[in-house]
Amino acid sequence: MTIGSGHSSLAPLPGPSPRGRFWELVMQWAISVDHKKLAMMYIGAGLIFFLVGGIEAAFMRLQLAQAGNNVVDPATFNQLFTMHGTTMVFLVGMPILLGFGNYLIPLMVGARDMAFPRLNAFGFWLFIFGGLLLYFSYVGADGLYGAGTAPDVGWFAYAPLTSRTFSRGNSTDYWILGILVSGFGSMTTAINFIATILCMRCPGMKLMRMPMIAWMMLVVAFLVLVAIPILTAAQSMLLLDRTLGAHFFDPETQGSAILWQHLFWFFGHPEVYILILPAFGFVSEIMPTFSRKVIFGYPLMVAATVGIGFISLGVWAHHMFVVGLGPVLDSFFGATTFLISVPTGIKIFNWLGTMWGGRLQFTTPMLFVTGFVAMFVIGGLTGIMLATVPLDWQLSDSYFVVGHFHYVLFGGTVFGIFGALFYWFPKATGRLLDERLGKWTFWLLFIGFTLTFMPMHVSGALGMPRRIYTYEVDRGWEIWNLISSIGVPVQMAGVAIFLWNVVRSLRKGEVAGDDPWDAWTLEWSTSSPPPEWNFDRIPTCTSARPLWDRKHPEDPDAHYE
Amino acid sequence: MTALNATTSNVRLTAPLSRAKVGMASLIFMESAFFSAFLVTYLYYIGKSPDGPQPLDCLELNLVLINSVCLLSSSITVVLAVRSLARGAMGAFRLWLAVTILLGLEFLLGTGYEWWGLIEDKGLTLQSNAFGTNFYSLVGFHAFHVLVGLVLLIGVFILSLFGFINPARDHQRVDIATWYWHFVDVVWILVFTLVYIVGRVPQGAPA
Repeated sequence: MTIGSGHSSLAPLPGPSPRGRFWELVMQWAISVDHKKLAMMYIGAGLIFFLVGGIEAAFMRLQLAQAGNNVVDPATFNQLFTMHGTTMVFLVGMPILLGFGNYLIPLMVGARDMAFPRLNAFGFWLFIFGGLLLYFSYVGADGLYGAGTAPDVGWFAYAPLTSRTFSRGNSTDYWILGILVSGFGSMTTAINFIATILCMRCPGMKLMRMPMIAWMMLVVAFLVLVAIPILTAAQSMLLLDRTLGAHFFDPETQGSAILWQHLFWFFGHPEVYILILPAFGFVSEIMPTFSRKVIFGYPLMVAATVGIGFISLGVWAHHMFVVGLGPVLDSFFGATTFLISVPTGIKIFNWLGTMWGGRLQFTTPMLFVTGFVAMFVIGGLTGIMLATVPLDWQLSDSYFVVGHFHYVLFGGTVFGIFGALFYWFPKATGRLLDERLGKWTFWLLFIGFTLTFMPMHVSGALGMPRRIYTYEVDRGWEIWNLISSIGVPVQMAGVAIFLWNVVRSLRKGEVAGDDPWDAWTLEWSTSSPPPEWNFDRIPTCTSARPLWDRKHPEDPDAHYE
Repeated sequence: MTALNATTSNVRLTAPLSRAKVGMASLIFMESAFFSAFLVTYLYYIGKSPDGPQPLDCLELNLVLINSVCLLSSSITVVLAVRSLARGAMGAFRLWLAVTILLGLEFLLGTGYEWWGLIEDKGLTLQSNAFGTNFYSLVGFHAFHVLVGLVLLIGVFILSLFGFINPARDHQRVDIATWYWHFVDVVWILVFTLVYIVGRVPQGAPA
């Protein structure tokens, strides 16, 4: 092989101007295949989309704050809730969680990078361009003339609303293609996760010694490989319907609108678990560290995760009870949905068991994951209510459902993400986030979140349908909507303080050192930030807590395995 | 037992699992999910096209049987190619690979010819009815995957012509690349069964 010494090309340019240095930096990130750089770009891009999706939500809450309000017109409102949902699921939840997987998996299993680093970069750029394509619809969906329109068919894009007849222009095509492209990115990332976790573990890192996050990400990658292709297939069919005149989903020409619902929710429900399982992983790492106890019931946690992975493939039609599937299917999907609460409940009790009798340290990450457990339990319980078919007939498509899934995805996933951000920020940057500002962020987010989403259960039970752009005065919904809207600025303040915290800590935060939390997993054994090759020497793993063994050779964890 | 003993006896080298194999297996798993959506959709729409061209009138078995024999036997020839490579017999490897590529090409051209006849003579298009929609989507997506597999094999063939394939180093890599080809074959068995056997029951009759 005559590649020669490639070192000369890697040397810094001689005497770069500030402008040159800037472009050098841009290029360094743009062509990087380092899993840590890609992960930070994933999370950074996800946070930007989080702000965009949040602003869309804020406009909706502003519009709904009073009865008969006129902040945005109905068409804009349709675009707002469509873009908010699509953004939060595909451009916020997925990339941030896959980003954390990217950052943590190689470090946690003791590898120098992912199994396929270039495929990893490919997946990231697909996600970015998919997201930009979706948002380009604001400019280009109508064609080159006039103002564009964003997609307005709802994030689950039910047929036949998406047919050419009812959805004119190109906005729905942008929705299809943007998600299709970023979906390919997710699938390549999932392949990478599986190959890394199965093939790249350091000596001694048996499957049953892996950190819980690695297990969660393995199951998530499996779900991505099952679920996203179904969405890709369904969107391909829809694209054929819209562009070539096929008849998959158009009831007028023997197509079936219900088929879209089946295909979409066969993707959609595993997707919910794709969004929550990594957050389960964050809790399962952060909670033991700040309880100073090992995780309670590790093997059962693994079994519950795998169980959730499988059962989640058999619950999709609980989104479709009002369609009228008949008593047999309704009972089946109601029962499977009850069933999935068993492994989920096991996890909740294991986390409580981890905290029980521990020396609890309520740092910011610990506050967030504790909040996660509490909020997720509420979201889980309303989920069980909604799995009860007759109750679902009453509550389906009401604000009760909106409240339910925000408790799971905001109180669950987003709280988990914030906990993880505070916990691993020192590893990624070498500096700790400020604790006092962090606690402000937590309490503002917690209070704002409760103000916004708790009243939705009431307005929903009082009959307020989701996705309406306004409502009449005498329905008894006004006070609940007003409270919901008041929560928004509180949450925005929390997020603003967090952003200020990041900027400030990057410049003059407390230097973290390798292991600021006295944790036990391998990512804390290397420097902060880790070198590009992660570990100078590939570590060996002697138990489920290799770093504990290294710090306490007199009492290694391996003794208790 | 001392702490040290416990520690060392606990470090075992994990079995080295090939990431290329796991990666390709995951890709095939993902593609299976994709095709299962189209297969289930096809199954759902069987017998639900009251108007327009019907499967029993349109689909004829002669040509598609020849195509199927070609595609399925290409799975055997590609195995022979990989075995030749493992033996270090480059000549036989290139020969069997070329035969595989030709058989794959026959399948694609045969499918194209079949479609031409369907469009010209039977008037069956994507827009005709649910049958047309599903037929062209399912068979078309499969043909597209055959094309991708063919590009993969042609790439390997060109590399081997220019001497970039080293039997000792690469026979496993080439083997993994051919997994995709086998996958495409297996999908065809399912598509053929569904479209040309199950799907050709008389319309309106209980299936």
